[in-house]
Amino acid sequence: MADLSCTIAGVKSPNPFWLASAPPTDKKYNVERAFKAGWGGVVWKTLGEDPPVVNVSSRYGAIEVNGFKIAGLNNVELITDRPLEVNLREIAEVKKAWPDRAVIVSLMVPCEEESWKKILKKVEPTGADGIELNFGCPHGMSERGMGSAVGQVPEYVEMVTRWCKANTRMPVFVKLTPNISDVRMPARAAKRGGADAVSLINTINSIVTIDLDQMAPTPTVGGKGTHGGYCGPAVKPIALNMVAEIARDPETHGLPISGIGGISTWRDAAEFISLGSGSVQVCTAAMHYGFKIVQDLNDGLSNWMDEKGYKKLSDFMGRAIPNVKNWNELDLNFKTIANINQDQCVNCGLCYVACEDTSHQSIKKIAGLTRRDPIRYEVIEEECVGCNLCALVCPVNCITMVDQKRDLPYLPWTKHPNNPMAAR
Amino acid sequence: MSHANLGLTPRDASPGVKGGRLGPTLYGKVFCDLTAPLDQKEAEVEASRCYYCYDAPCIRSCPSEIDIPSFIRKIGSGNVKGAAVDILDANILGGSCARVCPVETLCQEACVRDKADGKPVEIAKLQRYATDAYLETFEKTKEQHFTREKSNGKKVAVIGAGPAGLSAAHNLARMGFDVTIFEAKAKAGGLNEYGIAPYKVADNFAAREVAFILSIGGIKIEYGKALGKDLSLDGLRKDFDAVFLGVGLGANNALGVPGETLDGVQDATKKIEEIRQTKDLSKVAVGRDVLVVGGGNTAVDIAVQMKRLGAEFVTLVYRRGEEQMGATWHEREIAANNGVLLKTWAMPKEIRGEKAVREMEFEYTELSGSKLVGTGKTFTLKADQVFKAIGQKLVAPTGLELDGSKIKVDANFATSLPGVYAGGDCVKEGEDLTVTSAQHGKLAARAIFAKLFPGKALPYFVPSPNPQDDGRSLAVPAPGGKI
Ligand SMILES: Cc1cc2nc3c(=O)[nH]c(=O)nc-3n(C[C@H](O)[C@H](O)[C@H](O)COP(=O)(O)OP(=O)(O)OC[C@H]3O[C@@H](n4cnc5c(N)ncnc54)[C@H](O)[C@@H]3O)c2cc1C
Ligand SMILES: Cc1cc2nc3c(=O)[nH]c(=O)nc-3n(C[C@H](O)[C@H](O)[C@H](O)COP(=O)(O)O)c2cc1C
Ligand code: SF4
Repeated sequence: MADLSCTIAGVKSPNPFWLASAPPTDKKYNVERAFKAGWGGVVWKTLGEDPPVVNVSSRYGAIEVNGFKIAGLNNVELITDRPLEVNLREIAEVKKAWPDRAVIVSLMVPCEEESWKKILKKVEPTGADGIELNFGCPHGMSERGMGSAVGQVPEYVEMVTRWCKANTRMPVFVKLTPNISDVRMPARAAKRGGADAVSLINTINSIVTIDLDQMAPTPTVGGKGTHGGYCGPAVKPIALNMVAEIARDPETHGLPISGIGGISTWRDAAEFISLGSGSVQVCTAAMHYGFKIVQDLNDGLSNWMDEKGYKKLSDFMGRAIPNVKNWNELDLNFKTIANINQDQCVNCGLCYVACEDTSHQSIKKIAGLTRRDPIRYEVIEEECVGCNLCALVCPVNCITMVDQKRDLPYLPWTKHPNNPMAAR
Repeated sequence: MSHANLGLTPRDASPGVKGGRLGPTLYGKVFCDLTAPLDQKEAEVEASRCYYCYDAPCIRSCPSEIDIPSFIRKIGSGNVKGAAVDILDANILGGSCARVCPVETLCQEACVRDKADGKPVEIAKLQRYATDAYLETFEKTKEQHFTREKSNGKKVAVIGAGPAGLSAAHNLARMGFDVTIFEAKAKAGGLNEYGIAPYKVADNFAAREVAFILSIGGIKIEYGKALGKDLSLDGLRKDFDAVFLGVGLGANNALGVPGETLDGVQDATKKIEEIRQTKDLSKVAVGRDVLVVGGGNTAVDIAVQMKRLGAEFVTLVYRRGEEQMGATWHEREIAANNGVLLKTWAMPKEIRGEKAVREMEFEYTELSGSKLVGTGKTFTLKADQVFKAIGQKLVAPTGLELDGSKIKVDANFATSLPGVYAGGDCVKEGEDLTVTSAQHGKLAARAIFAKLFPGKALPYFVPSPNPQDDGRSLAVPAPGGKI
């Protein structure tokens, strides 16, 4: 059995699976249910100053793809709408009852040192393991000069992080917003401010659908809507890229990362960890299926690690980082070609029409003798550029891309004869 | 109320032939819908299973060339009307085909998801979902997609208002022809109205579909007018610019054994017609011991209907093995689920009784090479009723060349008489199915247009399943295989 125990920025938890700061971590009742189910930690739903915020009714919208109900989720909720004291009391109770679990407190207060000082003083006695600065929320709070309004300005990120470091013993996680063109800038700023770790991503600005009867965005609040925060499986690729950008940036390389964004399975988690995440956080998947999914996260990851011979998380943490390159470093002499396994092919023709209509006309069609005989499809190897599209559309996975042995030297664009700027 | 679990007991199991074997409350449910229609959610989930194949095997297996992946995708996107129009454009009887087609040997047999994971997309149910929604909207609003071109001044006579005739008439009317249908019976629909098992076309579906088809306008229908009795081909050819024959198969094959004229021995199609048309199912005479001779869908249909009407024992006797039966596995399953007994490898020898049938003797059969022969050994079964379901045959109109026992036509459905076309069960081409008949009617209508308006394009757009390839790749491949 692989050891899943996790330490990130000095915070320990029995496994790397934390619930992200969101409704699943809004109160003691939920968090205790999560711990009973096996979650390694939680980031408590973001606290703010009293009086608490007020939420609208009608809060979520979703993208349904082909019967998969929540491929992407969008919300217009704010931070916790419960009084600060209630939250603090419950955090203390939970931490006391569950000492082995990580309890991180997410915070968002106005951009003044006094405000941060005040709230940190109150969080300190709860015994929480750390704090997470919510610089991400893209709606509602940003209009009040908090959330992503701070996260989008690297100078503010650095400043607030520094205030917090100066006023608490607790490790500081800075939660980054993806609503920015280069995520390395706020990450560098957090590091300069003394952050112990960054968490990313928060939700992405979005309008998830338009209700064509009401002619308004969903979720629709009395016939009107607003942009919300997008998360769930659909955002994972964006999150992975941002994690990789920070992990391989020389200025932030080695800064602990808590990876977030669309994690639903142990496989997703393993991908984030391979890009250097020390822990991972989950929100939408838990909201979709309940807390029990952590069982599969735990033993799926552990079984896979056993299979691969990884004994602890650090054995594969960050292993994929060196293989994330800029495009101009890729080998232009590498070649891969599609191969169709005729025994498994069901003759649906999707590879053919994809290649014929939208790619390189590299699949030929061989008809049977009668109209009802299946049509066979074969790759024209000389024409195939190895784009993978046919393999991606094949519904039965009968197309493999076969790497060609070509005995040619490594040839990146920087050295390619077609590149006028090539160093010769 | 699902079809299979209808509680048919208690019933009157006394010997003899009588009506009212079931409790009076059961008659309203006895022929309820064989399959429950899909609701919106079910339809969308099922639609999402379709791969949207290119040059799809299901289309190539549909005798009426419905663009199946397109209509399924439209259901998935909530464009149910678009889906229905796609279906009906290719086959105006798409609603009945969704109910009666043996899809297990057509589109659903070819569906790649059968090969991929053992369960084809439920094409028929999806087709029904779309066409039902369309028909319901039509009935409420009287609005529909299909409109008639203004009259082109030519007149066409259609003989027979079965699927072939209705399809021809609708397509012709759409093109602008003035169509007159002559139908021997009192109602339109052909076997959809008189022959198809009632649980496949529950809720008076056949008549509702006919009303929809005729609503396009330009179609006059004269009931009680039979070719060969009230009308002649010569006369029709004088009065009309073209004639389409969709007369189906009017006669039944005989067993050719002693006792066939005894009371209680009847053609299956006659009995089914009685069941389909009666106003009071409890008046239909049902035996305690019922025998059905034959192995096709008609045999299964009568057997199941008698069983559901309360017959105690219904035995279907077929002269070859189960694999050779014309009835598809799905049909055989319906029979088995309803408690019909199956006796294979036995052929009729004699029907016995005084005035009415009492018992029937069969001889065991076997194959000698490929020839079926009797073994000399016999057995006898008790029988109050015997139904003959060993095939129908053409009552050939005079003056036409035949091909075997059916009307001879060329690739354009033209008969040996100039200006006279034929399609459906009365011609040899294709299987004797509703869908094939609908296709024949459609193609014959196009051929008539091409003949009477040479060089002119059809007045409406005919969509192609492969517009990128100008529809080419659905064609039968050239020798050598490359399309
Ligand atoms: C019992 C039974 C069950 C069947 N079940 C199925 C099934 O489940 N699925 C399926 O796909 N197919 C089934 N079929 C076959 C299907 O019903 C036929 O293939 C289809 O109806 C043929 O259409 P048609 O228009 O050629 O002929 P028909 O439906 O037979 O229509 C012919 C029409 O022409 C009229 N007519 C005949 N002679 C004359 C004349 N001289 N003058 C004027 N009018 C005339 C008739 O009254 C009738 O209305 C079944 C057939 C039978 C008998
Ligand atoms: C309804 C909802 C409310 C959220 N509220 C907060 C919050 O208060 N503070 C915060 O830092 N992130 C908040 N988030 C963002 C999540 O913590 C997380 O970063 C995001 O959902 C991406 O992870 P996922 O794809 O697993 O859902 C919220 C997300 C959702 C869906
Ligand atoms: S064969 Fe099946 S999966 Fe393919 S298009 Fe037809 S219905 Fe869809």
